[in-house]
Amino acid sequence: MNINLRSEKSRKSDITLFICNFKIILFSCIFLFFNSCSRDNSIIEGNEENRTLPEIMRSDVINQGDSLYAVKAPPFSEDIFPCSGCHADEEPNPNRRQLVDMHDDIDAIFSHDRENRWCLDCHSIDTRDSLKLASGKLIGFDESYKLCGQCHGDKLRDWKVGIHGKRTGEWNGKKQYLLCVHCHNPHSPKFKAIKPLPPPVQQKDIQL
Amino acid sequence: MNPISQSMQKEEKSNSRREFLKKLPVLAVGAAALGGCSPEEIEEYFQQNFKTLSKEEKEEIVKNLEKKYSEKYGKEFTVSDTPATDGILFGYALDLSRCIGCRKCVYACVEENNQSRDPQVHWIQVLQMEKKKGIDLVHADIHYNPEKVPEEGHFYMPVQCQQCRNPQCVSVCPTKATWQDEDGIVVVDYNWCIGCRYCMAACPYGARHFNWGEPNIPDEEINPITHYLGNRPRTKGVVEKCTFCIQRVREGKYPACVEICPTGSRKFGNLLDPDSEIRYILENKRVLVFKEELNTQPKFYYFFGV
Repeated sequence: MNINLRSEKSRKSDITLFICNFKIILFSCIFLFFNSCSRDNSIIEGNEENRTLPEIMRSDVINQGDSLYAVKAPPFSEDIFPCSGCHADEEPNPNRRQLVDMHDDIDAIFSHDRENRWCLDCHSIDTRDSLKLASGKLIGFDESYKLCGQCHGDKLRDWKVGIHGKRTGEWNGKKQYLLCVHCHNPHSPKFKAIKPLPPPVQQKDIQL
Repeated sequence: MNPISQSMQKEEKSNSRREFLKKLPVLAVGAAALGGCSPEEIEEYFQQNFKTLSKEEKEEIVKNLEKKYSEKYGKEFTVSDTPATDGILFGYALDLSRCIGCRKCVYACVEENNQSRDPQVHWIQVLQMEKKKGIDLVHADIHYNPEKVPEEGHFYMPVQCQQCRNPQCVSVCPTKATWQDEDGIVVVDYNWCIGCRYCMAACPYGARHFNWGEPNIPDEEINPITHYLGNRPRTKGVVEKCTFCIQRVREGKYPACVEICPTGSRKFGNLLDPDSEIRYILENKRVLVFKEELNTQPKFYYFFGV
């Protein structure tokens, strides 16, 4: 009986996962289409300076408008998204509390102003698959930088112009932006120390 | 004919014979030295400085090199000679407040630019310094090796070629084997480098490196996408240095160190483009250049992102 229930639930979550994946693909298609259109426009309108450059070096439109950042999809841990996969069946509890059983791993590392904040300051209680801005506006996980930027406005400003965070691709063309959460765990944002690669050979150890 | 002019003629004749005899051993040694060389090697030996070559000559040389390297390393090689583009002056900025000293850039550079693994050549050196001492080269350490970086109370300053506007390495080169190209990259023609290492003595940043031994790179690790003035395979006895990854940046790509940096500390762009990342940094952040007092005028800037 119990087993049956669980399998039905997981099937349900599989279906929602599929729908969600489909949504992501659709979104990226729309985004790519939109992006390619804008790129074409920029070439048509290309100023004198752009024309002397090889095509590969022409400026892209990444910094124009809020919705045009070529950012990677959010890095979800496996099987965690969509949140509604589990939460749809749960009675929402708006009370601040220590989490047990579920998400206790997040609770254990949570160090993002722990004293003053908890899950529902950023996650929407009613629409589980969305994040929530302070204004109450709902946003997708792929726009999470807007949520981070509510407090870290200086970082958001630098990130938009390509100073904060990592860019890859072309220095004067198409760039890949990463979301804040690709480098910072949103629940524990401080950078973790890592093992350095080996130091250079000491002069005394050089053999010719 | 009067006797005086006759004797003069005789003297001239004997002079020219004497001259010829004097030159004979030199010619003989030269001929013996070149005797063991293939025609390509002789051609390469007498090759003009890259800057003075015509487009056709460059194409020919590049084609020969591609063939030579492909045979030697057993994979398809491209040797580009892409020139500088008008309106571009490359600049670099490194965020001292974010670098954690992980040395990922050092090894990404080694792989991208075909630096010798043994004897080891590193174009980037990461200095570890104490926060309370500031930039203090006397106490800087490049051999730090803790379990984890960043270490408490320390900051990290990667140093590589600073691509000076006033490059001392260029002015001391006796053979004009190194020069600053139009887009600001200081490059080396390895064929013209005689290995005198004057440039290494002149560079205040320790950015030039000498191949004391025959460079050693495993065939499977060699990067076959190369530029003539950049990462093409070098030989024993020549000096090499960072070129901002000339083979990448002249095709529009970021340098390898920028792409690998896990903290996004490394920024690169066109100093002449007012909308570039690099210009934003120069105009909005606290920026310093290394050893400013030497008037080398680097195009490599250190800044504080926070």
